[in-house]
Amino acid sequence: MRSSSSGRNTPWQALRRLIDRKLFLLAGAEQDTVVLSQRRIYVLPSAAGLAFAASLLLMLIAAINYNLSLGYALIFVLAGTALVSTIHAYRNLVGLRIQPLHSPAVFAGDDAELGVQIDNPRPARRPGLSLHILGARCSFSLPAQGRLAPTVRLATEQRGVLHAGRTVIETRWPLGLIRAWTVLRPASRCIVYPRPEADPPPLPDSAVSGHSQRSSTLGGTEDFAGLSPFQRSDSPRHIAWKVLARGGPLMVKRFSASSSGDLVLDWQQLPDRLDTEQRLSRLCAWLLAAERSGRRYALLLPTQQFACQHGAVHLHACLQALALFGLAEAQQEQQR
Amino acid sequence: MIRHRWFRRPHQRRAAGHRPAEAPLTSGQMSWLLLCAGLTLALHLPWQPGWAGTLVSVLLLWRVLMSWRGWRPPHSLILLLLTCAAGIGVRFEYGYFFGKDPGVSLLALLLALKLLETRKARDLRSSLLLCFFLQLAAFLEDQTPLMAVLVLSAAWLALTALVSLSDAEAGARSQLRSSATLIGQGLPLMLLLFLLFPRIEGPLWGMPADAFSGRTGLSDSMTPGSISQLSESAEIVMRARFAGELPPRNALYWRGPVLSNFDGRSWTPGLASEAPAPSYLPDGDNYPYQLTLEAHGKRWLTALDHSRGEDPRLRYTSDYRLLAQQPLHSRLRLQLTAYPEARIGIDEHPLQLAAARKLPPEHNPRTRALAARLTADSPRAEVILERALAHFRAAGLAYTLRPPLLGHDSVDEFLFDTRQGFCEHFASAFAVLLRAAGLPVRIVTGYQGGEINPVDGNLVIRQLDAHAWTEVWLAERGWVRVDPTYAAAPQRIDDGLAAALADEAFLPFTLRSNSPWLRYLRLNWEAAADAWNQRVLGFNPQRQAELLRNIGLDAGNRARLFGLILLGASLSMLFLLLWLNRPQRTGDELDRLWQNFSRKLARHQPVLARQAAEGPLDYVRRLASALPAQRKEIEAIGAEYARLRYGPPLSPAIAAATRRQLRTRIEHFSPR
Repeated sequence: MRSSSSGRNTPWQALRRLIDRKLFLLAGAEQDTVVLSQRRIYVLPSAAGLAFAASLLLMLIAAINYNLSLGYALIFVLAGTALVSTIHAYRNLVGLRIQPLHSPAVFAGDDAELGVQIDNPRPARRPGLSLHILGARCSFSLPAQGRLAPTVRLATEQRGVLHAGRTVIETRWPLGLIRAWTVLRPASRCIVYPRPEADPPPLPDSAVSGHSQRSSTLGGTEDFAGLSPFQRSDSPRHIAWKVLARGGPLMVKRFSASSSGDLVLDWQQLPDRLDTEQRLSRLCAWLLAAERSGRRYALLLPTQQFACQHGAVHLHACLQALALFGLAEAQQEQQR
Repeated sequence: MIRHRWFRRPHQRRAAGHRPAEAPLTSGQMSWLLLCAGLTLALHLPWQPGWAGTLVSVLLLWRVLMSWRGWRPPHSLILLLLTCAAGIGVRFEYGYFFGKDPGVSLLALLLALKLLETRKARDLRSSLLLCFFLQLAAFLEDQTPLMAVLVLSAAWLALTALVSLSDAEAGARSQLRSSATLIGQGLPLMLLLFLLFPRIEGPLWGMPADAFSGRTGLSDSMTPGSISQLSESAEIVMRARFAGELPPRNALYWRGPVLSNFDGRSWTPGLASEAPAPSYLPDGDNYPYQLTLEAHGKRWLTALDHSRGEDPRLRYTSDYRLLAQQPLHSRLRLQLTAYPEARIGIDEHPLQLAAARKLPPEHNPRTRALAARLTADSPRAEVILERALAHFRAAGLAYTLRPPLLGHDSVDEFLFDTRQGFCEHFASAFAVLLRAAGLPVRIVTGYQGGEINPVDGNLVIRQLDAHAWTEVWLAERGWVRVDPTYAAAPQRIDDGLAAALADEAFLPFTLRSNSPWLRYLRLNWEAAADAWNQRVLGFNPQRQAELLRNIGLDAGNRARLFGLILLGASLSMLFLLLWLNRPQRTGDELDRLWQNFSRKLARHQPVLARQAAEGPLDYVRRLASALPAQRKEIEAIGAEYARLRYGPPLSPAIAAATRRQLRTRIEHFSPR
């Protein structure tokens, strides 16, 4: 991980921050619904609009030179249309209600989807909008009095929290000559778990409660313990039809006969040669494997501990702890 | 915090609805572009050289097939070669690059080639800019209302293509409607700019040589045949609108170039000086009129003999012509007053008179002999003139558009052999005869007569009214107009060209007088065209200044004009914004009725306004207890509304009847 502090203070970025603060009046992330009012909408000609204006100027010179009265008329029709389109571009944004969107967490390396939720209170369609977050864009149209949650796809490389930050919603409708836009800083975010280690060692079999590690996942019927490939001897009642219906392979559900040994995934127990990210990566892979195996597991981190539990909520809490490990915003995120 | 650089942009990822900015054009977008470019190029086809028109059509067809059949776009090298070939072709066709005609040809070819490599939004935009230029250029060729409508349609298509670019999901009809709405809403701004934008008289710089090419009209010299060629053109030269009475027809001589030098075959202008004021005194009847001249690229103004005006752009020559300060490159309107009986040139300079007597000695011996006979008893000039005219009347000269060709002694051959000629033959022969007899005489060319358009009362003068006559200088009387054509073929002056010519087949079809409905159509069309010319095409700096003066503004104050435009534009944009933000009518008819009811009650007593969460039955109950006197009426209204709104569906006829009943009830209800 490179230090990125050097990039923060180039004159351009300093200027950008100043503009954001003074002109766009952006401060912290906006948790609440933002209603786009006149104050938040900016309207300027686009590059295509400037080219159009330059062409009209050239045409005007030609019309003057040849005394073309109808030429003037054509130029003024086009100019009038372009001017009127500024109003429509502005109206295409005004009144939109924008709420931050918390996207489902992803693993580093996967694509995160970041976005906002937009309500259109007007009984008319709003075409030709686009959302810009972190250099990615997405085009969309809002249905009349409808709601849409446009998202942009961002490839992730590092664990942590992906904040939308400076977000632009713009429109060039109707003629593409005028760009109307708004800048906001919605509290949209996406938690990025560490990338699971590709080929992790088997789960550490250190029993917490002293139980033996024998678990018979084959014959049991009590707790669901995971899926395994279908064999001829398996009962058809245990076939995972849902998996099959989703287009997956033919699998059977396994149930553990008794509570197998609980797992403890301990930061301290990992080999010393692993650095922080590698440890997080391995713990991530183990957490997933433990959840899959159906056993209860505990997570011990130097800063945080999770007692033996099982299930999606527990898994998410543990993975989030890994994602935020050592980051300044860990505390802030926990409070939410 | 995670920094931007931790994330790379996903490449070539296209989920549904996530369209990158430079995606290939959809077939809808491409169709709009092709329709627009097709119409724009078609407007230019009639004026393009054959090969360029063909090449443009072929390229366009190729592009259409490419879209339709899914052909692969041509290699860029082929396009480059075609572009070079087009450039070379244009250079060869016209002999130069920088001018109106080669410029338009080049633009048309470039557009056709650009279409072939149009794949992205950016290409579409630049193609559309080319289209706009070509639409403007179409007005260089033709400014008729039809052309205006066609160009506006092409611009509409271009704007629709732009709309489709920013909203590809909308249907074709809705895209067309969007752009039409935009144009409609932009019209007030257009009108504002059209009327107030400071007009500058062009050209801004030296015009390319071909800017006003191909115009027929009077020239500043006269040879046999130079005027008769004009009589095949029904093109309108000018229009005159007389405030009061029209001058008599035989006074309708519109004075053009005055020719006093003769070399035996052609007549050329003599020396003349210019002055800002006329050098004769107005005399006799006067006829104020408004003259609208079409552009002809020359300075002369073919005004009625003898006209003067207050316009500072007017110049007067010593041979009594009117000139404009600048060549007429656009239509010109003047307020003039004609004094047909004014005497001119009473104290003409002896040098001018000497020049008007000169005759090349080696030509036309028989005419000289005739002149010698006429002057044998050395009579006064008036007598010679009378004798010459008598000879012309008696000589059996025929007036025809297609006289036989004449040789070396053209006047001799005309007067004594062929005896057939057009006005220039008559004028030239008469002038030579009088000069041989020693009288100062010169030739005046211009137009004679004209046709009243009964639709708008304008006198219309066409190229075929071109005429040549003579002026003889007589002591005490100055230059006197003598029209030898009148002597030989008086119908030419009394009834116009069509009457004078036995063989009408030479005349343009619409001018043949024997089809009244055609004549009716033509007159109406020309009246409409004149209104268009005056109001739209003729809206030049002078007319703008006139208009601004009428509303109390000074056209010279550009800053104020721009301020006014800015103010007007802001106001009209503001009105548009307010109008667009007007409260939308929500709900259906029934809702509105119910709202009216509630509003009536609220006006009576604010407490009685319906609460947002109040259902009709609760509301009615509350009203009934507040206004017990009208309980019955209120309950009936409530019941009908609830029945229509929440009851099981009624048959359409019954529903409509109930709704009508509810409406009358609510309209007649007034809370007491």
